[in-house]
Amino acid sequence: MTARFRTASGGRVDRARPIRFTFDGKSYEGLAGDTLASALIANGVHFVNRSYKYHRPRGFLSAGAEEPNALVGVAEGPGRFAPNLRATQTPLIEGLAVTSQNRWPSLAFDVGAVNDLMSPFYGAGFYYKTFMGPNLFGKNWAWKTIYEPIVRRAAGLGQPPTNADPDAYAQYYDHCDVLVIGAGPSGLAAARAAAAGGAEVILCDEQAEMGGSLLAETRATIDGAPAAEWLARTLADLAALPNVRLMPRTQAFGYYAQNFVGLAETVSQDERARNADAPRERLWQLRAREVVIAAGAIERALVFPDNDRPGVMLAEAARVYLNRYGAKVGERVVLVTAHDSAYRAALDLKGAGVEVAMIADLRAKADGALPQAARAAGLRVLAGATIHAAAGKRRVAGARLSAPGFAEQTVACDALLMCGGWTPSVHLHSQSRGKVVWEEARGLFLPGDSVQRERSAGACRGVFGLAQAMADGARAGADAASRAGRPSPTMEAPAVADAPEAFGGALGDQSPPAARKAKAFVDYQNDVCAKDIRLAVQEGMRSIEHVKRYTTTGMATDQGKIANMNALAIAADKLGRSVPEVGLTTFRQPYTPVTFGLFAGASRGDLFDPVRKTPIHDWAASQGAAFEDVGLWKRAWYFPQGREDMHAAVRRECRQTRASVGMFDASTLGKIEVVGPDAARFLERLYTNPWAKLEVGRCRYGLMLNEQGFIMDDGVIARIAADRFHVTTTTGGAPRVLNHMEDYLQTEFPDLKVWLTSTTEQWAVIAVQGPKSRELIAPFVEGIDLSREATPHMSVREGRVCGAPARLMRVSFTGELGFEINVPPDVARSVWETLWAAGAALGVVAYGTEAMHVMRAEKGYIIVGQDTDGTVTPDDAGMGWAIGKAKADFVGKRSLARADLSAPGRKQFVGLLTENPRVVPMEGAQIVARADYAVGEHAIGHVTSAYDSPALDRSIALAVVENGRARMGETVFIAAVVAGQRRDSRHGLRSRVPRQEGRAPRWLALSLRRRAAARSRGARCPPGRASRSQSRRRRRASSCAATRRSPRRPAPPSASPFPAHPARRPRARGAPRSGSDRTNGY
Amino acid sequence: MLLIPCPWCEAERPELEFRYGGEAHVARAADPASVDDAQWAQFLFFRTNPRGLHAERWRHVAGCGRFFNCLRDTVSDRIVATYKAGEPRPDAGALATGGAS
Repeated sequence: MTARFRTASGGRVDRARPIRFTFDGKSYEGLAGDTLASALIANGVHFVNRSYKYHRPRGFLSAGAEEPNALVGVAEGPGRFAPNLRATQTPLIEGLAVTSQNRWPSLAFDVGAVNDLMSPFYGAGFYYKTFMGPNLFGKNWAWKTIYEPIVRRAAGLGQPPTNADPDAYAQYYDHCDVLVIGAGPSGLAAARAAAAGGAEVILCDEQAEMGGSLLAETRATIDGAPAAEWLARTLADLAALPNVRLMPRTQAFGYYAQNFVGLAETVSQDERARNADAPRERLWQLRAREVVIAAGAIERALVFPDNDRPGVMLAEAARVYLNRYGAKVGERVVLVTAHDSAYRAALDLKGAGVEVAMIADLRAKADGALPQAARAAGLRVLAGATIHAAAGKRRVAGARLSAPGFAEQTVACDALLMCGGWTPSVHLHSQSRGKVVWEEARGLFLPGDSVQRERSAGACRGVFGLAQAMADGARAGADAASRAGRPSPTMEAPAVADAPEAFGGALGDQSPPAARKAKAFVDYQNDVCAKDIRLAVQEGMRSIEHVKRYTTTGMATDQGKIANMNALAIAADKLGRSVPEVGLTTFRQPYTPVTFGLFAGASRGDLFDPVRKTPIHDWAASQGAAFEDVGLWKRAWYFPQGREDMHAAVRRECRQTRASVGMFDASTLGKIEVVGPDAARFLERLYTNPWAKLEVGRCRYGLMLNEQGFIMDDGVIARIAADRFHVTTTTGGAPRVLNHMEDYLQTEFPDLKVWLTSTTEQWAVIAVQGPKSRELIAPFVEGIDLSREATPHMSVREGRVCGAPARLMRVSFTGELGFEINVPPDVARSVWETLWAAGAALGVVAYGTEAMHVMRAEKGYIIVGQDTDGTVTPDDAGMGWAIGKAKADFVGKRSLARADLSAPGRKQFVGLLTENPRVVPMEGAQIVARADYAVGEHAIGHVTSAYDSPALDRSIALAVVENGRARMGETVFIAAVVAGQRRDSRHGLRSRVPRQEGRAPRWLALSLRRRAAARSRGARCPPGRASRSQSRRRRRASSCAATRRSPRRPAPPSASPFPAHPARRPRARGAPRSGSDRTNGY
Repeated sequence: MLLIPCPWCEAERPELEFRYGGEAHVARAADPASVDDAQWAQFLFFRTNPRGLHAERWRHVAGCGRFFNCLRDTVSDRIVATYKAGEPRPDAGALATGGAS
């Protein structure tokens, strides 16, 4: 059954292939080759949507990418739903289920339509003026609690899909000599000319069919043939050329630097039917030597009251629906125009049997070739007309018109076609950073000088006539090819006949003065009327950029393709200034919206980020380890046994390590081999510590500053030979540190003979820590004397472990006797498993990063990136001891002498003891000086690390506090200590800054026995660890709340019930330092 | 995405292979201790941020790994010249007349 508004013949649709689809549940039939819009129009359906703000009925305004109204939700079968598709660009396919948007409960009866009646209250700047108070309970109270939730619910276009996208998206890089954007008459002429001399040419067009305006051209002839015939022949010729690639359904959405153009290709249904693995879309990142922009022009709407009724359309769109799709927009039409081109539509419609009731020309005279042809054809032309309003609500019913000698009256119609002239699409030229220039005579912005290697051709540079545009395209194509270094033989421009040029155009509000308070829409998608723009100017907006932001004109998904020029003209008129003085808003990528999928490509799910795993990862996984993300690394977080939660597992891991021995996978530590005759001199300059006198075979904790004097990274550095150092960095800092080293080596100290190599993945690291660690590894170590005298603390030895070549370091990040075994990664797992098996008899435990964190905090070691934040100096961290006093220079040294880095009041690193030993403060919690602090009061510091300490059987915390070292013994208060408490809680948790002696302001809180043991062995040296992600911290905070934080109330200010924290004895001279020998990395 | 000619590799490579390194020719004093606070602050914190030709550091981090300098127009993104670290800044006037478009 043929749809009622389908012509009997003609058009490019395939009448033998009907296609069924549904719109809001009702079934319709269209034809292959239809768009959703043309199929609905052929069925007489115009009312397809409601508008964004006023919920007014809307229909199709255009037939292309500029469509602001007809946005619909489209379901292509299960799991494939896309909102906000332009019906004018959506190819019809079998079974498409389409839904209207912005209406509830139905399109015909919509509750939100009350907004239209309420519209006097919704003027420009409505949001800014309205949702201001009352602020009964503090600043912004009303906005936050009442208005914002309602506004957020009402806002937005369409509904996002709720399921994961089942389709694939592909991404390609490509290049060519000449890219021609737009396959209309001028683009085709350009591609032909550019390809003639052998240049590699890509011709892309956003539509499924190439040809642009030629697809709806029924009158003109080209080279003696009807336009459609010439088009078919030309496309076939181009397709046959080996140096030409045709890319239909491909939008050039963005023009970037150095002729880099983003193309978004929608893969055809045919290809997807043939190949189930075909992607839905392809992103082409194309580099073109030369670009021809042949983007055409967009027809402008006329601004008059109620110009948004369904059935009010652009005139050329009606012609396209008729000639290209065989769909009549109505049975009786009225045209209102300020441009000759509408007469073409009138003539074609009349030819198809549509009644053309009237052509109302707003110009005083209408006597060009086309108006004369219309008069000759018997059409009634009303010159000097005024359009007062459109009649009708859900479908236009008439046009209220007047003219000299024509009293104001309503002329009945079921489609009102308008044309305000044509706006060249200068988007891509502007994106390429070319300026646009104003041509006063025709009221057009045109491309100015090119900044990149591009030129515009045809209508997009104001060359509108068919013959002229094709000649312009041919010229541009030849120019592009020759500038790309290819021959460009002269080609005759196609000979065009029967295509008289059209002239005219109008800008701004066409409403009669009496109707200036009516709704005359400028921006259809954002419901901006002419009066809104005038109001914005009246309220003080001067630049079009301000008007745009105040009224939202041009800010919708169509980016004001139809609206912007009218908005500009209305603002200029109200300001009494010229259009270029008021300015033009910026054209930004993308030209039309592009899917997220296109940019995500394959980067989702498992492929979203690379995952780095250590050689021991699979063993940890087999033991049921929980993993955490540290940078790209997966690190074993803790090893729960049975039904243990994290808290229980970490407690067990810590206790067992301190009681017997623990094994830890430290392979993620960054490692850099620094080699060369000047290696020691280089490290002297990059680290604060002295290196020249470090003996071969010894290790030293290294502290790295940036040039501003702030702690940047740290790690243990081992001297393997006089000219060779094994440098370790934090896990997350490895690339940054290597880049920093290379930077200084190459640009500041190029005289130094040093070679840097990343060895992070060349060494797997097994940390064996605890009093029985020596006992555990000794049987497997060959060639190294493990005795305390032969391998003292902070030493490195090369030998074999389990038969594998190894660098064995005696270092500790736990405070216990400890070793780190560096072995090649391919044997790491077998070494680990051998030691693990042997350790069973000693009570070995595998511990994860959480236990490592706890144990290093018990020892008071910092973790760069957790306890430091890029504003912490060595002195702030209490690590002045790490600075080589005799050194003349190192990176950051000069900055440390700046006054503000030694000013009083700096935040200093301290330990905190909570008054309630069961409460663990939240990391990041702010510290205030008094319990009854006021909201907004100055915080004197914050908690950087906090744990439940198994060794102390109480909570512990590290923090930075203003003048912290001078506050030892004082009580400070923590805001919002407990996870889950209200953000603005006034409850404080009292913490004490423990009084302490010694250099490091830490509570240093191992048990007495343990401390003694640690001291007798000297200090240890631990691996550091990387800064952890925020999400990790949040995760931990909440899990803590679940597992260890029962008390929600702040600790009562009672007398201290805490275990005494023993004062540290001053370190004996010459004994190993007990500051952080190593932080970072673990 | 820019195409950047690496003066070490003597090849034009996509921006993805490079890492930006801030303004070029901001030399660290040979003896920072002899520099007064104002001069040192100038070195640390102050950059020219020009509209137009800018000499800037890049590192071919996913290629040869070397640092080099680049003269780029901050308005058009046009790369006028690249040269090895340590070499003097080329005469912009002579280069700018070339014109890439």
